[in-house]
Amino acid sequence: MAAESSFATWTTVWSDYMVEAERYCARTYDIKPVPGRDDQFIAYIAYPLDLFEEGSLPNLMSSLVGNVFGFKPLRALRLEDVYFPPALLKTFQGPPHGIQVERDRLNKYGRPLLGGTMKPKLGLSAKNYGRLVYEALRGGLDFTKDDENITSQPFMRWRDRAEFVMEAVHKAEAETGERKGHYLNITAGDMEEMYRRAELAKALGSRIVMVDFLVIGFTAFASISKWCRANGILLHAHRAMHSVIDRQPNHGIHWRVLAKWVRIVGADHLHNGTVVGKLEGDRLSTIGINQMLRADYGRTSECPGYHFNQPWLSMPGVFPVASGGIHVWHMPELVSIFGDDTVLQFGGGTVGHPWGSAAGATANRVALEAVIQARNEGRDLLAEGPDILKEAARHSPELRAAMETWKGVSFDYETVDKPVILNP
Amino acid sequence: MKTETFSYLPPMTPDQVRKQIHYLLANGWIAGIEFAPPAGISNTYWSWWKLPMFNARTPEEIWAEIEACRAAHPDCYVRLTAYDRSRQAQVMSFVVYRPAA
Repeated sequence: MAAESSFATWTTVWSDYMVEAERYCARTYDIKPVPGRDDQFIAYIAYPLDLFEEGSLPNLMSSLVGNVFGFKPLRALRLEDVYFPPALLKTFQGPPHGIQVERDRLNKYGRPLLGGTMKPKLGLSAKNYGRLVYEALRGGLDFTKDDENITSQPFMRWRDRAEFVMEAVHKAEAETGERKGHYLNITAGDMEEMYRRAELAKALGSRIVMVDFLVIGFTAFASISKWCRANGILLHAHRAMHSVIDRQPNHGIHWRVLAKWVRIVGADHLHNGTVVGKLEGDRLSTIGINQMLRADYGRTSECPGYHFNQPWLSMPGVFPVASGGIHVWHMPELVSIFGDDTVLQFGGGTVGHPWGSAAGATANRVALEAVIQARNEGRDLLAEGPDILKEAARHSPELRAAMETWKGVSFDYETVDKPVILNP
Repeated sequence: MKTETFSYLPPMTPDQVRKQIHYLLANGWIAGIEFAPPAGISNTYWSWWKLPMFNARTPEEIWAEIEACRAAHPDCYVRLTAYDRSRQAQVMSFVVYRPAA
């Protein structure tokens, strides 16, 4: 494995003798059995730094997750973690802005940010879509979001959406006095078009754009990240397609590795599951990845699932985004799991409010602020969560109606992929 | 008009503000007080009420300064902020006084 993913091929060739193999060959320095499995092992492989081009994740990927994954002697193979030594890490710039700069630009402190994906995903006209954005933002959300599969379809072309949406954002900002944004999805069929969409978003005064980083590929992702840094636009990364790569427990790339790569290549927001919502995501793994996205020193003791401590050397942190099947009743647990530096996104949980999305947004905002106030006062969110919400609902009819609508809605399914924790 | 964190809740009582100050101090943060006229509340920078309170140790000291700021600028919004030395940045901000409309 070490040879196949670094210097060598399947047989010895004469030209091997013209190279100092020790300089380029990867080394397997440890092999440990996976607890409870007699047919699975964790191999620890060290690669010489010279194998990798500076600042190029695709180059690194071609070795680490290249041909070796189809290597016949292996029935299955999964990349569980990658440690980036300081010399290599420093060849990447990371998030275009990072958590703190985003907070300062948006003037939002001491609480998670609140977002919502506009629904239905597909089919709305640009004007009707802008209405959804306006209602959710004026009601109290900080952000609204395009869905990952909205780009520029016949029912709503890109430019029309961007213009109506930005009118909605500006109107909601003027009315509330708060800074707001809509993640305009600039994902396109080619890089040239993606840049054109980014430029239009900027020209219309958008604070943030979004890409589906896996489907566009890491090179395109790196390019748009650099564009965002140069232009002062925040970058939201959606992870569409990740389950194809990371969901099977014995083959592929673990999500925790992809997430690490996103911090290195550079996004300001990254979707990372909800624990309590509708989508797959083991609780411990999700917490571990959140920590790795934000910490300045990612310790395995605080980042469950990771195998290596990772110093980040002051590289900015990424906001993990919790999105998918969450509603007001989840708020105490979400704040307790995710902490302040996160974006909580309520799509159905905003638009699905019986009085409309402005009321849905207000309900979420009231619930969030009540939970933060209670936490700061030292109350136990997990034990007292429902009481905290009921107290807040006394002065918020919007929250009361939301709690009535979604009481008892939960997603309790066994996780498919649980992390291998070697030294608990 | 809304003013970010906690502006969707009813105005805090003095006792509730003191609890938030206690949280701030327990985290080892540095409190600051800022004020702005209604026309200026969407600005990044409000006027500072004195310097941040680098040496304050009790909620009472900070509460007294909030009261003093409010008395001196009754027509302005007053907000409490906090700075974290280790993160080298601002970490908290919420309005503790709104002028009568």
